[in-house]
Amino acid sequence: MNDVAVVGFAQAPCVRRTHGTTNGVEMLVPIFAEVFEQTGLTKADIGFWCSGSSDYLAGRAFSFIAAVDAIGAFPPIHESHVEMDAAWALYEAWLKIRMGEVDTALVYGFGKASAGELRRVLSLQLDPYVMAPLWPDSIGIAGLQARLGMDAGLWSEKDLAEVAARSRRDATSNPFAQLSGDVEAARLLEEPLVADPLRAHDIAPVTDGAAVIVLASVERARDIVERPAVITGIEHRIDSPVLGARDLTRSPSTERAGLAVGARDVEIAELHAPFTHQELILRDALGFGDDVRINPSGGALTGNPMFSAGLTRIGEAARQILAGNASRTLGHATSGPALQQNLVAVLERG
Amino acid sequence: MLADKSRTCFTSVVTSAATETEQTPLSAPLNVGFDYTRSVGPVLGHFVNALRQRRIVGIRGSDGRVHVPPVEYDPHTAEALTEFADVADEGTVVSWSWAPEPLEGQPIQRPFAWALIRLDGADTALLHAVDAGSAAKMRTGMRVRVRWADEPVGHIRDIAYFLPVDAPPDDPAPTPPPPPVVEREEGSPVTTVVTPVHLSFEHSVSPEESRYLRGLAEGRLIAQRCPACGKVYIPPRGACPTDGVPTVEEVELPDTGIVTTFCIVNVPFLGQRIKPPYVAAYILLDGADIPFLHLVLGCEASEVRMGMRVRAAWKPRQEWSTTLENIAHFEPTGEPDAPYESYAHHL
Repeated sequence: MNDVAVVGFAQAPCVRRTHGTTNGVEMLVPIFAEVFEQTGLTKADIGFWCSGSSDYLAGRAFSFIAAVDAIGAFPPIHESHVEMDAAWALYEAWLKIRMGEVDTALVYGFGKASAGELRRVLSLQLDPYVMAPLWPDSIGIAGLQARLGMDAGLWSEKDLAEVAARSRRDATSNPFAQLSGDVEAARLLEEPLVADPLRAHDIAPVTDGAAVIVLASVERARDIVERPAVITGIEHRIDSPVLGARDLTRSPSTERAGLAVGARDVEIAELHAPFTHQELILRDALGFGDDVRINPSGGALTGNPMFSAGLTRIGEAARQILAGNASRTLGHATSGPALQQNLVAVLERG
Repeated sequence: MLADKSRTCFTSVVTSAATETEQTPLSAPLNVGFDYTRSVGPVLGHFVNALRQRRIVGIRGSDGRVHVPPVEYDPHTAEALTEFADVADEGTVVSWSWAPEPLEGQPIQRPFAWALIRLDGADTALLHAVDAGSAAKMRTGMRVRVRWADEPVGHIRDIAYFLPVDAPPDDPAPTPPPPPVVEREEGSPVTTVVTPVHLSFEHSVSPEESRYLRGLAEGRLIAQRCPACGKVYIPPRGACPTDGVPTVEEVELPDTGIVTTFCIVNVPFLGQRIKPPYVAAYILLDGADIPFLHLVLGCEASEVRMGMRVRAAWKPRQEWSTTLENIAHFEPTGEPDAPYESYAHHL
């Protein structure tokens, strides 16, 4: 089967609010142009298109159809969509290339989270019989998870603040980040609790944004870029939707996905952790020591565009290889409440 | 069972804010809602029917552990589970987080705690809300008991919320309205639960659509032309679906055109404004390359045909807003029909 590589990546700036349409299509037009510029490909060269977004975020049915206009889909294209983070759209595109059906694919994710009340919208991901009717919001659920780890002595408020401080420092060199700055963890801990046990720095900001990745078979990739980022392993797993039956301080789905792709020996890992404590759970699940550089981009805590933040992690991990900064990196994406579903991809210099 | 009661609302009235400029894209509140009806099946059915009797039941897994709420299949063996077990309506807080500003629909409409609660007799924890007054009164390991809804209906929200066991009995928390129920015969079990889902958005349109909507408020039909393929779109598009580039050049169209295709609506439905039969048609304005959907009135439904020439019937000027509803409907002009070849490529 064909091996698959990332050959292009672009993202829209992460911002608190755009003035664009509710479905956020305007964010896509410039980044499509950017990846075509990077790769020298045109839309006619793309064999398969796949996107990740959500109708609940846009407040209308089939909202992803509007985004197809940004492609310029004539003559008709070969297209698909997942109602998840676009990292899962990348998985679908990866399969298409693996199977030899196409040799290039363009994957994109987008969402205007500022249009609605994000933490309330996200409660509709929950079990519709016994949880969603209570409208438990994403911050409340993350707080339950964070406290379980605190009570068990797995992490402290200080540990969480250090994750936030490091993320913001790293984001100062990321022009697309929404939050950044040189701030000490001790200073962050002086801020009030916004949703006990969480402080504002523990929670990823509400973000409008979009991202796009171009994939190619390895054979094709060598003609497109000098250092393609070959996906040597990609796996996704899911944990029970029953929050009260899971050990929320662990992420067995990440652990299993990580084992399947040989996650340990990477230089850089981009982890999709929308809450500070979730980064600690993920690092543990992937078996990382201090030698693995985590989220040099600043990660989702400094910009969390819904339905593209996970794809962006894979894009950032690939960019480190495309730019010649690393030879083995990891991208992770999560979807659902409290790290329910997780995808892990390992990338190597081809 | 289908919904005996369902409600939809979809309102989007584009209004002009006092401070906006010609360039600011239009936006307006958008509220969407739907009452989801779900069949409960044997396991969740048992659970919600017990709630109606102010009892909580779990289900025993293959390892002997009792799951509350009950799960339909064993998480380890994937076998269907059938052995129900009663548990207490009192339990222990396993974890909690504070909700200082309750959101619409949440169980308690004053500051409260989300909690994972392990009921006595259960091995897994139930997610629910605790009315403790303040975060300072919450702690892991505290004992809580159910505050039942005044009139249980067979729904998770029959558990209104939880209270600390030693809470005073006379301070009921404000709660959202009870969930609607599916009508059924007296005494028969609940087989369907209804869960309203209402979301609020600030809906925004593109700069191109804003030009079009502002034009309608002046009685003008503004289309835009794609700079690459020259096609004229009304409403204008954020990006030409053929070329993927924004449409830019403004084109004003007349309010006459043709029917490209149509259907006769005979079926009554919720929210219908005109008595059937009537015609919904694709209208291709003269000079446009894309038709839009509107009504054709002013003749018998059976007289409407493909290629028929029509003209807009505008509402009185004082009723105009930034909406295509300024045109009440289209009416036949009486001119000869357009030849099929002239619009065949727009079908």
